Formats: sequence, structure tokens, C-alpha cells
Amino acid sequence: MNPWQKLACVVLALMLGASLAANWLAPAGYAKQYREATDAPPSRAHWLGTDDVGRDRFARVLYGTRISLLLAPAAALLSTLMAALIGGLAGYLGGNWTRMAMAVTDLFLSLPWLFLLITARALMPLNVSPMVSVLVTFMLLGLLGWTTGARVLCATAGSLRSSDFVRQARAAGLPGQRLFWVHVMPNLRPVLYAQFWISIPVFILSEANLGILGLGVAEPMPSWGSLLKELEGLVSVGEEPWKFVPLILLVVVVTSFQFLLSRQEEVAA
Amino acid sequence: MLRKQIAGHALSLVATVLLGGLLSATLVRLAPGFETDEHALDPHLNGASLQALREARHQDRNILWFYLSYMKRAVHGDFGTSLSLGQPVRTLLRERAPLTLRLLILGLGLAWAAALTLALTATWLRLAAFDALTTLVSGAFLCIPAAVLALLSVLWNVPGALAIALVVFPRVYRYSRNLLAKSYSQPHITTAKAKGLGEARILFWHVVPVVAPQLLAVAGVSVSMAVGAAIPVEALCGLAGIGQLAWQAALARDLPLLVNITILVTLVTLLANSGADVIGHMVRRQEA
Repeated sequence: MNPWQKLACVVLALMLGASLAANWLAPAGYAKQYREATDAPPSRAHWLGTDDVGRDRFARVLYGTRISLLLAPAAALLSTLMAALIGGLAGYLGGNWTRMAMAVTDLFLSLPWLFLLITARALMPLNVSPMVSVLVTFMLLGLLGWTTGARVLCATAGSLRSSDFVRQARAAGLPGQRLFWVHVMPNLRPVLYAQFWISIPVFILSEANLGILGLGVAEPMPSWGSLLKELEGLVSVGEEPWKFVPLILLVVVVTSFQFLLSRQEEVAA
Repeated sequence: MLRKQIAGHALSLVATVLLGGLLSATLVRLAPGFETDEHALDPHLNGASLQALREARHQDRNILWFYLSYMKRAVHGDFGTSLSLGQPVRTLLRERAPLTLRLLILGLGLAWAAALTLALTATWLRLAAFDALTTLVSGAFLCIPAAVLALLSVLWNVPGALAIALVVFPRVYRYSRNLLAKSYSQPHITTAKAKGLGEARILFWHVVPVVAPQLLAVAGVSVSMAVGAAIPVEALCGLAGIGQLAWQAALARDLPLLVNITILVTLVTLLANSGADVIGHMVRRQEA
């Protein structure tokens, strides 16, 4: 690990720690309103001021960070598992299975990611409870984000299928299922790890895009997407610079993941 | 060979669109609320009209039938009527397509001009500081969501095309920079340098032609990126294009409109990718 990657680890650990300690660090819950102090600038009571309905912005940033930092990896795990199962199995089985899986993958890949997301999100009910909206948003990211990974895993599993050790194991009479789980899957692990790390920043950014467009996590639950929506009403950058804090945090977190990603790529190589 | 490749692309394009259409039609059919028709609530309708409406809906219950009738109408240019806007989808698409097209051409043009200029300069100069600076700038834009870039373009009163350019630029720059650097380290370049060829001649005669087919492939993919970025940019910058229409359709759960836009977008991205593939193949053949 180079110093930048170590720094990225420290930054992510600090952010995660702070977001998990939101119950103690935040002056109040993310939905508590201070009706006498709406749209207030930063003060000793409200470190990042309050939003237009009087909710403490610092508290919302902490809780929003928790949601994005915990659920994006969960969605990444789901998409990686799906990619492993679909891509890995199709590559291992070969022939028509590979062709069929790749045709479906191509279909998904031919659609721009955001188009696919908003179409799928629109199919789900929009007026759901905040908790359900959180789960729907991140589950959708996980369920639709497997295609690129499946393609890579299919190619890797395909090359493993024709490798000497797999042929030898097959000749020794090892059943196909055991061969797949014991010999092929462990060799896909570095690619799976890389795929998992690649997906996290992609999902964080996608949630932010959906949130700003009003198709993400529902109010009053905060997420980076809904917090960034506040930038919509800004007249100038210098007027209320504290509103840029969620954006700065988002950039710092995604940059940290990019640094860690280069480490994963080194491992996968 | 080229004809065979074009035929292959055309076949896969038709198959993908048909499969995508079936998938979309199935999703529309299965989505909650399909069974209800707000026209049936009209108090002016008599019993016979209500019965006719119910029968029309009943036919659509079978997914395959629904898909076939949808395709039949689509072949004749009838893409249905938008539920939220009450206008024919065809009219809506025709009205909004020119703006999106203009935005995409301008955005892609800007992104490619900036990315190629910087990548070629970085390859030519080979200065660590310049490389670090451009990597930092492109990396920073990679970490900002497209919707935030759109909001910032509104804030700073710059055209929406610039936001699209900033979404596409870092990806194109990084890829072309890596391609050029890799090509520059090839043995034939070392030989050319040893023979005393000028930097400009090496770059434009021996490096760029080698990476041209791969760059064309990225050009195809960059269309897809730009189309994706057009949704937040048009929605947040108040530009009445197809991206804004898709966003409005998603918020209003106007599925027929959304499905038609999705199929159209799939067709555009597939055409762009297939076109880039075919041109890349032609370039490779010419080089050979």
C-alpha cells in the first residue's frame, strides 16, 4: 500500500466511524425541526446551519453519510454476487449458455446506466415510506449493476474452463458442481474483489444522481443525493458555502475509493 | 468481410431492439396500475363505451399479444400516447429530439477536443507535473455526479453542453492518454526515435494511427455516456429535450412514454457502437 492508499483508508474509516457515531455526535435526529431557525447559517448550535425546514444540516450529513456508506457496499455485494453467479456460471458452462448470458448482458449494457435506473425506478411505487425508498433505491442499483462484472467474470471463467488444471480435474472424474465451487470460483476471487470495489463509488454517484432528480431516497431520510438537492436553490457559490459540504464529502469519499481501487487492480493483476 | 460484419451488427441490433422491446412491454404490462384506465372514470361515457374500453384492456392482458400489437403499431409509426402529457409520443419525440441532438453533438465535441488535446500534449511533453495535473483534474470530474455538474452549470450560467462535456471528458482523456502512452513505448517508436524522426512526426504518423481503432471504439461508448448525462443536464437546466422528457415520464410514472424513449435511446447507442466498430474495422483494414 502506498501512502495515498493508506490515507484513503484512514479517511474512509474516519467517515464511517463518524457516521456510525451520528447518534452521539449529532445535536439531534435527522428529522428534528428547529422551526425558529430555518435556513440558518452555521452557528455554535448548528455547525453547518439548518435547511429550509429548520433541520440541523450537520446531523443530516452524518446520517446521510451512514446510509450511503453502508448501503452502497451492500448493493455492490449484491451486484458482485449476481455477476459471479451469472457470468461465472455462463463462462464455466460455455457454448450456448455463454452466448445467452452475453446477449442479456449486451442488452443491459446497450442502455445508458441512468436511463435504465430511472426506468426501473419509475416501475416501482414512488410514494413509499422513507425506509422502503432507501431499500428500493439501493436494491435496484445492486440488481441492475451486475452486467459489466458478469462480462469480465464470464471471460475469466471461460479461460479457466480450458486451463490445464481444470481439464486434469475433469479427467480425474471430479463432478462438475464440485469443480465449479472448489476450483473455478476461488480463482475468480481477485476479479470479484476488484468488481466489488469498482461498484461502490459507481453506486454512490448513481444514488446521488437519482436523489438530485427526486427519484432516490424519500424525505425525511437523508442521503447524499437528497442533501445535494439543496444546491438547486443556490444563487451564488460564495453566498452559502456550507451547503457544499455534502459535495466535498462525496468527492473525498469517491476519491478515496478510487485510490483503494488501484490497489485492488494491482491485486487482481 | 466488411459486408458480413455490417450484416452481423444489423442482425444483433434488430435482435437487441426486439428483445429490449419485449422486456420493456413486459415491464409495462406487469407494473402496478396497468389494469386501471382513468378514461373509464369519465362520467360522460355510456355503458357501451365502457364495455369497449374494458375489452380493449382485456386484449392487452396477454403479454405476447400486448407486445405484438405494440410492435405492429410501432412499425406504422404509432408509439402510443403519453399518459401524463396527453400527446402522441411520436410528436413529443419529434419536437424534443433536435435540442438533445444539438446538446449531445456540442457536449461530445467539446469533451473530445479537450481530451485529445490534453492527451496528445501529455504524450508529447512527457512532463510529470503536466501529467499529474491533468490526471488530478480529470479524476476530480470523475468524482462529481452528473447532476451536480448540471446544477453548477446553472449556478455559473454556462451552457448545459459544458456539463455533458465534463461528464464525458475525464473518461475519454484517461483512456486516450493510456492508449497513447502504451503505443509510445512500442519498439517501432524507439526505432523511429533512434533514426532521428521528429516528435511531431512520430506522434502523428506512428502513434495516432495505431490507436485510432481503439479510440473509435471509445467514441461509440462516449455517445452512451453523453446520452445518460443528458437526463440530469436537461432536467436541471430546464432544457426541453428527450432527457427532460424521460425524467418527467419517470416522475409521472408515464410508462408508455418511458419505454418508447428507452427503446429509442437503446437504438441510438447501439447504432453509435456498431458504427464505431465498422469504421474501426475499415481503418484497421486500410492500415493492413
